[in-house]
Amino acid sequence: MMRSITRLGVAAVAAALLALPAQAQDKPKELKIGIATFLSGPASVFGVPAKAAAEMIAEDLNKKGGIGGVPVSVSFIDEGAGGEALVSNYRRMVQDEKVDVTFAAISSGSCGQIAPLAEDLKMLNLMWDCGASSILEAKKYRYNFRSQANGTPEMLAVLVYLLKTKPDFKTIAVVNQDYAWGRESWEIFSTALKVMKPDVKVVAELFPKFGAPDFSTEVSRLLALKPDVVLTTSWGGDLDTLVRQAGQRGLLQQSAFVLGIGESSMQRLGKDLPDGLIIGARGDHWFLHPEMKNDAAFKAFNEAFKAKTGSWPIYSVYHMQQAFSAYQGAVEKALKANGGKWPTREQVIDAAEGLEFKGWGRGVSLRPEDHQGLESQLVGVSKTAPGYDFKVLDDMMIFEPKSITTPAGMKSVDWLKTLSPDFVKMNVPTFKHGG
Amino acid sequence: MSGRLVSRLIIAAAIVVAAVLPIILPSWATLTTLILAKGIVVLGIIILLQAGQVSFGHAMFFGVGAYTIAFWGRYVGPGDLLLFLLLGPLIAMAFGLLIGLFVVRYREIFFGMLNLAFSMVMWSLLEKLYAFTNGADGIRVARPTLAGIAFTPEAFQYVLLYLTLGLVLVVSYGVQRYLDSPLGHMLRAIKGNETRLEYLGVSARKILLIGYVISAFLGGLGGVLVATAQQIATPEFAYWTKSGEFVFIAILGGIANAAGAFAGAAVFETVRFFASAQLANAWQLILGVVLIVIIMFAPNGLIGLRNRRKAQAEVRP
Amino acid sequence: MDSTIVILAICDGISYAALVFLVSVGLSLIFGVLRIVNVAHGSLYAYGAYMAATLSLLVAPISPWLTFPALLVASVLVGAIVGGLMERFLLRPVYHLEEVLQLLITFAVFMIMDNLQRMIWGVQPIFAAEPVKLLPNISILGVNYTSYQVLLLPLVAVITLFGLRYFLRYTLAGSIIMAVTEDREAATAIGIDARRVFLITFIIGASLAALGGALASPTTSLVPGMGTDMIVLSFAVAATAGLGQIEGAAVTALMIGLARAFIIYIQPELEVLVPYLIMMLVLLIRPMGLFGVNRVRKI
Repeated sequence: MMRSITRLGVAAVAAALLALPAQAQDKPKELKIGIATFLSGPASVFGVPAKAAAEMIAEDLNKKGGIGGVPVSVSFIDEGAGGEALVSNYRRMVQDEKVDVTFAAISSGSCGQIAPLAEDLKMLNLMWDCGASSILEAKKYRYNFRSQANGTPEMLAVLVYLLKTKPDFKTIAVVNQDYAWGRESWEIFSTALKVMKPDVKVVAELFPKFGAPDFSTEVSRLLALKPDVVLTTSWGGDLDTLVRQAGQRGLLQQSAFVLGIGESSMQRLGKDLPDGLIIGARGDHWFLHPEMKNDAAFKAFNEAFKAKTGSWPIYSVYHMQQAFSAYQGAVEKALKANGGKWPTREQVIDAAEGLEFKGWGRGVSLRPEDHQGLESQLVGVSKTAPGYDFKVLDDMMIFEPKSITTPAGMKSVDWLKTLSPDFVKMNVPTFKHGG
Repeated sequence: MSGRLVSRLIIAAAIVVAAVLPIILPSWATLTTLILAKGIVVLGIIILLQAGQVSFGHAMFFGVGAYTIAFWGRYVGPGDLLLFLLLGPLIAMAFGLLIGLFVVRYREIFFGMLNLAFSMVMWSLLEKLYAFTNGADGIRVARPTLAGIAFTPEAFQYVLLYLTLGLVLVVSYGVQRYLDSPLGHMLRAIKGNETRLEYLGVSARKILLIGYVISAFLGGLGGVLVATAQQIATPEFAYWTKSGEFVFIAILGGIANAAGAFAGAAVFETVRFFASAQLANAWQLILGVVLIVIIMFAPNGLIGLRNRRKAQAEVRP
Repeated sequence: MDSTIVILAICDGISYAALVFLVSVGLSLIFGVLRIVNVAHGSLYAYGAYMAATLSLLVAPISPWLTFPALLVASVLVGAIVGGLMERFLLRPVYHLEEVLQLLITFAVFMIMDNLQRMIWGVQPIFAAEPVKLLPNISILGVNYTSYQVLLLPLVAVITLFGLRYFLRYTLAGSIIMAVTEDREAATAIGIDARRVFLITFIIGASLAALGGALASPTTSLVPGMGTDMIVLSFAVAATAGLGQIEGAAVTALMIGLARAFIIYIQPELEVLVPYLIMMLVLLIRPMGLFGVNRVRKI
């Protein structure tokens, strides 16, 4: 017993020594960025392009002199390797590799594991892609920020678009993947729908297994039920399969489809995606962004990405850019506030609160109260366009973040219940493809 | 120097490494805890393997342990780790008794299959009952107090590590005693010759049920520890690939004695840890190849490697 | 429940059951002869699908109709090459070891194949829908079905079932396989080369898994991890039927397929649970499976 107490004491002393915050920072030789992303499993459809983007962005950044004159380096850990490996590797990244910042992660499940850990380790973490609004609503963090929007504005934008363009529908069905995002996005969407258009009837709520290879039965059931609108917030292989099986059997023609985050599947679906489907993009992410498409740097980035990977960027690529931009912005702001001396991590975090930065869309800001990202949302419909062997977005609306994001301090579901049918009347600019 | 002494020295050295290494390399504290906790679960697999039975659903007890602490946090409130360490294994034991009453009637592949079926039902329920379990994202586990004392995150990882190490020593000793006892010998007799066991007037089912319930207890204990270390419980804890992993670790380490479980877990987790960091694209490949090499060239596992050498060296009467 | 739903659920159930049957009958056959539960079976399913998509995309520009033979060629290729190599070099050396070690070898192969699949075909979903598009849709009670799913898939499943029956009962090679299944020692005693029988059986079983994957490929996105769930599902069918039971696998696949389809119409939340619940209940009542026969336990 005595021995174990001594041992405990040694451990505590050792731990305390290692946890001492580094004082009086010198300018580092290198800024290490640790990134958690999916390199295996179904979500690697987002993770692998984002990894390619991160490498590209870091290289480009270093050519321009890095962040505050310091070059950056990136390292990756695989979210697909399971919870234990993720947590162990995150610790290794922070404690052994001594990274300066982490970007983690894609899945809300991973973010839920890493956010408290980053807090424990006093590590600045940018949640670069995960969408569950609840993570930052349930608890106030100091070290975690979200460098993009969350599920609430993403779903709300899609719903308002639907109500503006198809105001007369009477019935709706949902087919979502059975996991947190599928459930939570439907909760947001249906709660808001109920207050904005109370007469709509929900005729089917289908939550097929995540990664299900076959939706034939769901398609049959929807063909028999004939709902006016079918919503799905699925992504990856699940969405591709659903759209193709529905298309093969005429369901896409029978009901109006809303693909909540369909932007990421458009290039893969090619001609199998018909015209006229409502498509969301988890932010104002589109490689032909109407306000950005003539920007030379934007065009060069897209071309370079296409040359490197064979595809145009999807939203996860733009989210990765936003994480880099946010970190760069925070460090440079802190540098300035510190009179040109290299800032400590705490100073960088102080600078990040309320930071405004720009990725490849409209500006984004990090709300100081709860660290949520405020980001615009782009929604459009699919359309055949000359020069592309897949469908592009047309009749795009870009929503301002202020009007569609849950106010700080409120829970999304409570806030949504306070909305009214008039909410739809908000003024939103519309852009044509090529216009 | 006798083989026995060498074995003891190796085990003592392993304990010292597990206790000291994380002080030098703090990032190893949690990893070492996970290795030790998984080793405890694998001890349960080893017990069943003594009887020649392979459970391809053992992760369900691991899941029960993990969700005990998760549900407590979600529906009851903050709790103490000592309470969870008692409650988790006991509930797992209750599940083990209930399921065990059915599965101990089966042998070999049917035993494995039925365990698989039970665990897949549990996994489906954890995934599907979204309102209660939060589905695939799992439930967050808050850092518990220990004996009423709340620790800082830095201190807690060491507290948990040494607590786990202590538990490992206790349960390893207990399991080794059990395996060396008449009950343990009868368990091995199920593999060797069950009929003879029955002729002796011993109920093979009862013997197996005792082993099964003990292994469920160990599964639950490991589940509580892993959920605490990782601060989360997800349905993945009860999925069949997790069960496969436990069997994998048991075979990797060798099933002859308790030390195998920890040797196997250490190698498995370390390989996965480094491979998923250095060769993020190939960690499964590496683990797969390691397993095949072990089975082909050292079917008795890592511990067997040493025992085989020992057996060659000394001829016993 | 009105009659429309019953008919629709039957149509959906049959096409699903057809694929599940093809995969699980391969698993069952391998177990019957080799006494090995092949955990890598789902990986063979995935490789069949990927190979079929690769070949389809290759031949489609020449003539879209060539995609049909491409599906078959893909499954035989995967079965013979992957299955053959696996049996010859990984399983044959461990036949003398305990069953659990043989099973773990296939578990290791599953991990390796899963990883290699990502390296070969990448992580972006692949889709090759030509065969479905070539065949017309048919309307049942005003609901569109692809004839690929409601006619062709069940047809292939039925042909496979009767083909296998004929092969095992009325051909010499089949009789030899049956003999080894019934009594391995006696069969080898009368001079049957068990090693060749094992190899051939494993290749047939692996080809059936690959065929299931190849036939699924035109209707589904091929993604990393697609084989993982198929493994347990085919386990469930094979174990519920009784391992080694071919006709039993057909009946069980149909049962699970129909139950799943009805559940999606009535209580979709329970869908995932259905196969495992059926498996659990059946095994509790009949440990050898619905169609399994009790073997005399050797003393």
